[in-house]
Amino acid sequence: MAGKITTIGVLGLQGAVEEHIKQIESIGLHGIVVKKPEQLEQIDGLILPGGESTAMRKLIDQYGFLEPLKQFSDNKKPIFGTCAGMVLAANKLVGSEDSHLNIIDITVKRNGFGRQRDSFEAELDIYGIEKPITAVFIRAPYIDKAGENVEVLAKFEEKIVAAKQDHILVCAFHPELTADTRFLKLFVQMIEDYKQIAV
Amino acid sequence: MEKILGTETVKRGMAHMQKGGVIMDVINAEQAKIAEAAGAVAVMALERVPSDIRAAGGVARMADPRIVEEVLNAVSIPVMAKARIGHIVEARVLEAMGVDYIDESEVLTPADEEFHLLKSDFTVPFVCGCRDLGEAARRIGEGAAMLRTKGEPGTGNIVEAVRHMRKVQAQVRKVTLMSDDEIMTEAKILGAPYEVLKQIKKEGKLPVVNFAAGGVATPADAALMMELGADGVFVGSGIFKSENPEKFASAIVQATTYFNDYDLIGKLSKELGNPMKGIEISKLAAAERMQDRGW
Repeated sequence: MAGKITTIGVLGLQGAVEEHIKQIESIGLHGIVVKKPEQLEQIDGLILPGGESTAMRKLIDQYGFLEPLKQFSDNKKPIFGTCAGMVLAANKLVGSEDSHLNIIDITVKRNGFGRQRDSFEAELDIYGIEKPITAVFIRAPYIDKAGENVEVLAKFEEKIVAAKQDHILVCAFHPELTADTRFLKLFVQMIEDYKQIAV
Repeated sequence: MEKILGTETVKRGMAHMQKGGVIMDVINAEQAKIAEAAGAVAVMALERVPSDIRAAGGVARMADPRIVEEVLNAVSIPVMAKARIGHIVEARVLEAMGVDYIDESEVLTPADEEFHLLKSDFTVPFVCGCRDLGEAARRIGEGAAMLRTKGEPGTGNIVEAVRHMRKVQAQVRKVTLMSDDEIMTEAKILGAPYEVLKQIKKEGKLPVVNFAAGGVATPADAALMMELGADGVFVGSGIFKSENPEKFASAIVQATTYFNDYDLIGKLSKELGNPMKGIEISKLAAAERMQDRGW
């Protein structure tokens, strides 16, 4: 199915899709834009990009993505959600009854760091990455609560901004807006681990 | 760990998050909620949509802050608002209110016929209209973090937006293929900042996101602009001046994402009801052409 070269899909309904594809290709892997559910079968891992989670959810429903995405996760295939992608992945959202994919045991506060005028960059230490990365936070959410099986990878001002549970990786910031691919490589490692087990 | 606000990456990055999406003009909380439910990535809070601004005549200004506030409180998606070209105080007021993006817009009556805002001075990002690469590069030089075609607002006629998108794309391609020693002369001809053109040549594209605006009235119009290389679409009067705003909004969102799925666009366009009534551009008097405001 998946060839020798690792193929990462980016959910291409709306948002910073091209930016992720560029990063994937810059480290020598194959990136494809996923616009139809059947494309999920061609990929080793999936990125849920930044954008507007409400707009993406609308299209997820209209184009029959909800069950296939959950199935992808049930098959333990790695998924990486950035910003709005983290909102989509979460089990719960603060102040809302409607969560989306429910694939990671976290409660997310949307726009937790405020509106656009509060958007910022900061140097951020990440567990598993040697030197800090420049993290770009745009109308960014944060993780208000994380379940006991969730590994916290980074905090900013006491708030959880990156986390991992089994095959799901999430972050509140935008690694795809920088030239630094170290955070993406954490995800690539998860895919490699999955491929080892799957063989 | 220090927090740095309003950086170029943060301002331009915000527009990247809007890519492939539709930004809709709204005039109250109710319309804002309809737009959000239809899948809009942002709303533009206005006192009147462009076609009503045309009809009303007189001086068009920043919206009443009460309307902007109402929309800010009604939706969780980003909220944009328009300030007059060169109106420093309107822009500062909108920034202070917490608007997520300001459109320094030719739809409103310009406050300054000579100088645009120095947008790099603000924490809030700006979107500006352009008809060609010279205009695009000047706005980037002033600090615009996002561009859009000017088109001809409030006409429901796509012809000007098409003209502006094609022009910018063709001029970007030309710069990309130039040798380094030709760039300065091109900058002089276009009236464009040299550094911006150098960056375009280096990256092979505009350094900021470029949306379509000014005349989008149907799903096929939105898809056409995406096909021509727009990063996303603004719809002004096209939604709430149509017969069926909910249906038009949702169909335009879907057509923007799936812009090259023609079967789908056919289905989306079926039995939508009447789009907004359009205006033939040649019927507009020179003074009614909004695209000629600003430089």
